[in-house]
Amino acid sequence: MTIDAGAISWRFFRVWKRNLVTYQRIWKVNFITPLLEPLFYVTAFGLGFAGLIGDVVYGGTHMSYVRYIAPALLAAAVMNNAFFETTYTSFVRMYYQNTFDGILATPISLEEVIVAEIVWAATKATGAAVVMLTVLGLFGLVTFPGALMVVPLAFFGGLAFASVGMFFTGIIPTIDMFNLPVFLFITPMFLFSGTFFPVSNLPAWARPLALAFPLHHLVELFRRFCVGTHETATWISLTYLAVFLVAFVLLALMSMKRRLIQ
Amino acid sequence: MPDIIKVTNLVKRFNGFTAVDGISFSMPKGNFYGLLGPNGAGKTTTIRMLYGFSPPTEGELRIFGMDIATEWRKIKTKMGICHQENTLDPDLTVEQNLHIYAGYFAVPGKKARERTDELLAFFALDHRRHAKVRELSGGMARRLILARALINQPDLLILDEPTTGLDPQSRHQVWEKLEELKKTGLSVLITTHYMEEAERLCDRLVIIDHGRIVVEGDPKTLKCEHAGDRIVEIVGPDPELRSFVSERRIENDDLGTRMLLYLRDGNEVEDTIRERFCMDRCVYRGSTLEDVFLRLTGRELRE
Repeated sequence: MTIDAGAISWRFFRVWKRNLVTYQRIWKVNFITPLLEPLFYVTAFGLGFAGLIGDVVYGGTHMSYVRYIAPALLAAAVMNNAFFETTYTSFVRMYYQNTFDGILATPISLEEVIVAEIVWAATKATGAAVVMLTVLGLFGLVTFPGALMVVPLAFFGGLAFASVGMFFTGIIPTIDMFNLPVFLFITPMFLFSGTFFPVSNLPAWARPLALAFPLHHLVELFRRFCVGTHETATWISLTYLAVFLVAFVLLALMSMKRRLIQ
Repeated sequence: MPDIIKVTNLVKRFNGFTAVDGISFSMPKGNFYGLLGPNGAGKTTTIRMLYGFSPPTEGELRIFGMDIATEWRKIKTKMGICHQENTLDPDLTVEQNLHIYAGYFAVPGKKARERTDELLAFFALDHRRHAKVRELSGGMARRLILARALINQPDLLILDEPTTGLDPQSRHQVWEKLEELKKTGLSVLITTHYMEEAERLCDRLVIIDHGRIVVEGDPKTLKCEHAGDRIVEIVGPDPELRSFVSERRIENDDLGTRMLLYLRDGNEVEDTIRERFCMDRCVYRGSTLEDVFLRLTGRELRE
């Protein structure tokens, strides 16, 4: 299965727009999640949990536990929004609504549909990050203007997680089997990427595993810009995510072409 | 006149199964061309290759004189496709379905709105402009799919079973609309299971079975050649009738409890049959495309 570069053009934007128009009908409901999610976490960890553990030592500095997890919550929201969009939602469009079949009867290629789905998922993830960032900013948990870097980075990270989701959509036989990548990939990543405790707290053998998670690198980048500290070099995180993104865009294109074109 | 579609030795194999086994046909401009065949004959596979969705295993496929393998984008800009399944966007309204679809063809906004208004009026969907697609009846949804396939003012329209599952009223309405489109000189390729539909709409047609072309021609000639001028259906044929038929060499199909005799003009056995063999029940009727279809593709079930 080869990828034809000539099959990808600006036309993907039309499919992106289709998703935007659809989303406009439900956006009010969809904005409640990123609005409330940080409130729940900040309350639970800030009021309930922080009393048990006090401050966190991270990257050589002391900070409150809530301030430590705030950038990680943002990164996890980017991951979830992007990944769930290109898995469950794209699968519904592809399989149950025949949306892709309708689009593929026009001068738009399958490659453009895939790219549009990925870019759309990243857009949606960025929107969620912006809402959350505003709420966290109001609590004084992130520092501006540095924290504004979250916006482009959320889009970048969103692309990476959307691509891996799209790859799973290309290989998964039925929609209920998405439970597997969610349970084996998303959940461990959410827990062990230096999100709720620093990776340096893990035993030495487990650290490289955490560093292999793409979420870890997005968390590190967000922390660097939101609270000004980090443990992994920024260029390593950026390079890792870029390589991850390119690899999974290609894998997503290949798996979806193999699935749909017969 | 140049051919809108030219298919040469088209073959499609999936994991060792040959769905389309070397078909060739050409469709002239302005034609209503039928692609008929039983389930699994290779109709939909052929259509999927025609609109560039599925790459052919072998053979050549030219539309508007261009090769679909390389110039698919140019070809699809001037093509409208109506799928067998409902591929309308359930998340959007009737109007939005047309607007968004126009965007896929890069039709400019103003033009898209004009075209949407024209098509909604033409297909009598004006009053449901803001309805959600899932609120539409089967007939309305089908008309919207047709409208959507015409949004880019195509030179070629491909219809995959456009009236399957519709009630008679809706079906006749779709036919009327298609006949109006025919008058504008639009070229249409249509697949269908309804022989009445093919007979009414098609200028020419091809019957395919097991991935191969069985016959090609215009409906009238095909009827004459393969089902005679008139047909007598006799219920409960007896041995005497059977021997009479074989003695006179009358073309027939013996279905056990029923016998069909295909009579040609100038064959003066009708009176004899009426007097001697129509003891139980006899039907005298003209031949139809359905007779041709059943004679050529057989009567056994396919699925």
